[in-house]
Amino acid sequence: MVSRIAWLYTALVVCSAVALVAVTPLPPGAGSHFWIDLVILQLLFLICASTPTPVAARQSAWSPSSAASLAAVVLLGPVGAALVGAVAVVSLRGQLRLARRLFNGAMYALSGYLAGQAFAALQHSYPAAHPFGPPLARYFPALLLPFAAAAVVHVLANLSLMWGVLRANRGSGPVLGQMAMESSLPLLLVSDLGSAALGLVIAALWAVMPGWMAAAIVLIPLFVARWAMGQFAEQQRAYAATMAALCQAVETKDFYTRGHSERVSRGSGMIARQISMRAERAEALTFAGMLHDVGKLGVPTKVLQKTGPLTEEEYAAIQLHPMRGLEIVREIGFLNEALAGIMHHHERIDGRGYPMGFAGDEIPEFARVIAVADAFDSITSNRSYRKARSIAQGVEELRKGAGSQFDPVIVDAFIAALDREGWKLAEPADAPPDDQIVTAQDHDDPTAPLRVIESA
Amino acid sequence: MDSGRLLLLAVSGMLALAAFANLAVTTRLPVKLPAPAVAFGLFIALGELLRLALPGGREAAPIAMAGAMAYALLVGVKVGVPTRHTALQVIAVAAIGMILGALPHAAAGRPLGLTGMCTRLVTVACVAFIFRPLAHQPAIYEKAHWWVALIVMTLLVTLGWLLETLIGALIRADDVGAKFSVALWDEMRVQWPLGAAVGSSAIITVFAAQIMGLSELAVFLGPLLVTQIAFRRYAGIRATYLQTVRSLASVTEVGGYVEGGHSRRVAKLAVAVGRELGMAEPDLLDLEYAALMHDIGQLSLLDPIPGGATVLVSAADQDRIAELGAAVIREAGVLNEVAELVRCQNWPSHGQPEPRIGSKIIRAANAFDDMVGGSTDRDRTAAALERLRMDTAVEYDAEVVQALTEVAGRRLSSRL
Repeated sequence: MVSRIAWLYTALVVCSAVALVAVTPLPPGAGSHFWIDLVILQLLFLICASTPTPVAARQSAWSPSSAASLAAVVLLGPVGAALVGAVAVVSLRGQLRLARRLFNGAMYALSGYLAGQAFAALQHSYPAAHPFGPPLARYFPALLLPFAAAAVVHVLANLSLMWGVLRANRGSGPVLGQMAMESSLPLLLVSDLGSAALGLVIAALWAVMPGWMAAAIVLIPLFVARWAMGQFAEQQRAYAATMAALCQAVETKDFYTRGHSERVSRGSGMIARQISMRAERAEALTFAGMLHDVGKLGVPTKVLQKTGPLTEEEYAAIQLHPMRGLEIVREIGFLNEALAGIMHHHERIDGRGYPMGFAGDEIPEFARVIAVADAFDSITSNRSYRKARSIAQGVEELRKGAGSQFDPVIVDAFIAALDREGWKLAEPADAPPDDQIVTAQDHDDPTAPLRVIESA
Repeated sequence: MDSGRLLLLAVSGMLALAAFANLAVTTRLPVKLPAPAVAFGLFIALGELLRLALPGGREAAPIAMAGAMAYALLVGVKVGVPTRHTALQVIAVAAIGMILGALPHAAAGRPLGLTGMCTRLVTVACVAFIFRPLAHQPAIYEKAHWWVALIVMTLLVTLGWLLETLIGALIRADDVGAKFSVALWDEMRVQWPLGAAVGSSAIITVFAAQIMGLSELAVFLGPLLVTQIAFRRYAGIRATYLQTVRSLASVTEVGGYVEGGHSRRVAKLAVAVGRELGMAEPDLLDLEYAALMHDIGQLSLLDPIPGGATVLVSAADQDRIAELGAAVIREAGVLNEVAELVRCQNWPSHGQPEPRIGSKIIRAANAFDDMVGGSTDRDRTAAALERLRMDTAVEYDAEVVQALTEVAGRRLSSRL
């Protein structure tokens, strides 16, 4: 769905790109070689733009096409750079909608044009009659600074135009924060600046060899970088999938908690987005949410499935499960925060939780987040001793526990995230197969605390 | 230290010594440092500082290598004016740069990575000795002949890459006990993307420096760093992936299904046996994952098998556990080959359908570990191997058991 505002915005960007290119005359020096170089650079841009690589796991894709744009800034001037960027319209990437294509073309054209103007305004090396073209050796190092400025202008123009379209598409909301979350913004910026720097090298190569050869040579490192990024994304997907599968395996034993890890992981991710957590931390948090109950394997099955009140030893065994979880995942190269999150996800704000009895701010943030998502999923899932509660009831329980069991800030964030993103309830697990023994008490369920036999 | 490594060290040490001696003779006091030597030396030092861990415990320094190759192939920092440094100067600059870049590693207590540095130095020296005499030829440095220079340089960077890969494979074959031909293919498969990037970067640097002068090095560092970051992230996630599978495979141990350390021991043994049988690295990785998770199906059992020794359970139960485990792994959607290895791990090696070689290896390694455990007792090992050997008619694969015997023998003798 493209909203009306988004169309309007796209139209505005396209019109201003077309207008700027139309009103800027080509300098008299632009002969037939201008058009040949233009076509070569357009091809280079197209090859780069047609094979983008997902940078983070989600949405945003990165392509090294800014190298071609910046080379055009030096070799062809502002109009040439705009014409090179404009070919993003015919990007060979499949499944792009018309609106998106138009916007991409206009965005690259505009930022190429602006970068070209910045470069033209700041450089004094070229003869005034012909202020672009393959650079000469005597222009260096004076040309470096104008070029750096052009690269920064290009990247910033791209970024702000992109920000605008996201804003138009989503309406209000912390768009920039979302971008930072979802696309690992710093990495994108660095990658863009890096490939922009390559533009100057391409222009220099143009001066010593024919343009087509220069373009062909630089494609090799570009594609290797792309290959490595693609491999990374693939490995990351495989990693997440494997982890999910293994966590599910841990749960299969227990009929009622199937999918629990996955949902707690998702809930933790929702909270992380709501409180604008940095991308790497948010990712670590979702993994911690996924793994939070792995230690339950260390609790004997008969304790988990006991119907009557627990003896002190049995209760102690349950209280130990976060530590057991820590033992299992300790060697994974995680952020330490994730480990702390797993270890302390049963602490309570009032200090009456386990295993350490931490209170308030002593409890790591990850643990406070997981605790909320964990309890909410337990309340809204079926248990052998009760039916699942509704989302509204779950929210009410969370509110009730805020300040005593849960961190009120996290509870508020979770409720806000629920409003925004909704919640996928557990599959109703009505009746387990007859031969299956099921858990009779859920240690995660705040509405039905574990019953422990008081020692005499 | 083995002989191959010693030879490499000696050769590169002699090269560096000759280069330093040459430097001492040719420079007059007060020393006037030529700018290209300083710039490239610093570039190489930075590249050495930013080393890259590659899959399979390899280490590379692509930026240092690109810088050193570019310096070896440098024709001029101005169009039409050749640079006149000699091959020995290239070696001296590369050696000093590498040592400078390695110092912080040593100071931080990380391994010095001497073998990698020597490999790079020998490679660069080889290219420099061939190219430096040519660099003065007008056919190379004049702009009109750009394509002659390009062809010569492409051939030389390819040669350099082949040499580096060859040395790497020789060292690695020695280190992990792999066959040389297999190690060479593995090395080529892992190194070609980086090799292509390093080679093309060196050539780009040489040509662009004719226009941009030494500022090219600073500008080109940007795209090189982007590539480096991409590789680093790739290698990082692979390492985390393996570590995670290792850790999560140990849930069977925490749950009391399996004796402590069992999965890891089986995985280690299986990989060693696979290598002995000449399996390539990607297959070894699948084998390692499968061996780590071969007992994961037990999680679906309500009560642990006493001691976790699957060898003591009925064949039907074993197959059921294997099927359950394979189902878990298949759920991930990306490890289907691993799931297949786990699924057939209990099939008789000579039955129909015949299981894959990986499954046969896991079967033997698992049985061996169930009988021997972490023990290093010679008699116990011999008895277990004997029992496996007696069953090679149906249950175990004779070749696998033979390889296992050799691996176990080596392990025992290395402990003495």
